[in-house]
Amino acid sequence: MNDQACIVGIGETAYVRKPGSGMTELGLQLQAASRALADAGLTGRQIDGIMPFPNVGDAESFAANLGCENLRFAAIVHMGGAAPVASLQVAASVVARGDANYVLIPGGWNGYSGARVAQTVSQDLRSIPGGAIARDYYLPFGFTAPPQWYSIMARRHMHEFGTTAEQLGCIAVAMRKHAQLNDNAVMNGKPMTLEDYLASPMLADPYRFFDCCLETDGAAAVIVTTPERARDLDPHPVTIVSAAAGQPYPADEITNRRDIFRTGLTLAAPEAFGRAGIAPSEADFAMIYDCFTFEVLQQIEEVGFCKRGEGGAFVENGRIELGGALPINTHGGLLSEAHVLGINHIVEAVRQLRRDAGARQVEGAEIGVVTGWGDFGDGSIAILRR
Amino acid sequence: MSESNAVPKPLPQLEGLTGEFYGFCKQGELRFQRCGSCDAWRHVPREMCAECGSWEWSWQRSSGRGRVFSWTVVARALHPAFQPDTPYAAVIVELDEGVRLLTHVRDLAPESLTIDLPVEVDFEVVSADVTLPVFRPAGA
Repeated sequence: MNDQACIVGIGETAYVRKPGSGMTELGLQLQAASRALADAGLTGRQIDGIMPFPNVGDAESFAANLGCENLRFAAIVHMGGAAPVASLQVAASVVARGDANYVLIPGGWNGYSGARVAQTVSQDLRSIPGGAIARDYYLPFGFTAPPQWYSIMARRHMHEFGTTAEQLGCIAVAMRKHAQLNDNAVMNGKPMTLEDYLASPMLADPYRFFDCCLETDGAAAVIVTTPERARDLDPHPVTIVSAAAGQPYPADEITNRRDIFRTGLTLAAPEAFGRAGIAPSEADFAMIYDCFTFEVLQQIEEVGFCKRGEGGAFVENGRIELGGALPINTHGGLLSEAHVLGINHIVEAVRQLRRDAGARQVEGAEIGVVTGWGDFGDGSIAILRR
Repeated sequence: MSESNAVPKPLPQLEGLTGEFYGFCKQGELRFQRCGSCDAWRHVPREMCAECGSWEWSWQRSSGRGRVFSWTVVARALHPAFQPDTPYAAVIVELDEGVRLLTHVRDLAPESLTIDLPVEVDFEVVSADVTLPVFRPAGA
């Protein structure tokens, strides 16, 4: 079950806001996919599996444009932002079984210049898990969008464990600091202090403006294959040691969970670490899906980097910054690099393990953890090794 | 609450079990499903009891009393119909029966909300067909 697959290709577009990408969402993703193919040393003809991100593309369009005339496997994991890492799990099994040899996992959107969250979430029920539940029981009360859904958990965590705004701010500041070392980060050249963070306006109290990720235009892609094929392309490929996904309960309704901090990752993380025979403390870095600051804190706890309730203290004093005990989101994350649906987290993890991260390289990086978070708390995790 | 909203506020679709839930609200009653086999209360409406697997259930009247579980204060509505109401609090209330409901707490400024604040149900007519369950501080 371990070491079934490797990641051999990574690709990204430019990440931009104003004035927008000027490309279609498919075009952006094709550009990222082409770059991943070039990075791997593969052609479209060799891609025989595609796992698009939900609601932003279909395998047929990718195949027709990239020349994937031997497509044998296509599937979409409907877990929102948890989909890319959950797709790593699926793709690893698929290539291990021989159902496909090279699986492309693309994703991207015009998150800034296209239909933005404020327009889609409340009007396109397909983009909401349990769409009819949200329509009938949340939207009539103005509970319409992710920062509102999740900030209600953040407040409860503050109540139960004493987590503070300053601690959430430490996460935002760390991501912003990392973005200063990344030319492709939207927030490159725009440093931020904790005071800046605290002074930013409330959007959905306790979430401020700077607790929220960047709606961005851009795309990224990765390619998964077997270890044998990977070694033909690269003598030191990055291995997917294990990957797992999980759902909260109930997954379609966010208010009636007996334990509201039990999310998909609570299930997935022990499974992934157990299978890998690796402990969370052995990770050299983590790329944590950071749609909002508290989700990072929550996932730090549920991954097992610390106990539940201790996440606030964990993120203080630069511990999650480069040079700290566990650097998190060295690219700047969704908060300060770009919201590219979390595929950029996989790309950055691979870059780190290839020791190709330049000024933001984690010294001696051997083992990295990547997570995904989506919908009402779906979770996914992959443990990668050099 | 603004009468001049260009964009109407979204309303529930009164179909099936959701139609029944809001039908009771229209009569001034807060009712939830309760399992006929294991007595577990549940919300939102479901076809069967996830606790014991029973298909037997009935609509049982809630005490209407509960406590604030958590909330968010929305300053940017992310939906045009609610922008005139900002800042407003979207609140999870945990009823004495154990089920939780996403709702509003009236007669209280958002900054005065506290966790475990006792509240009781009230009803707000928002259209000819739809009445929403809202809450007020208990004994207010």
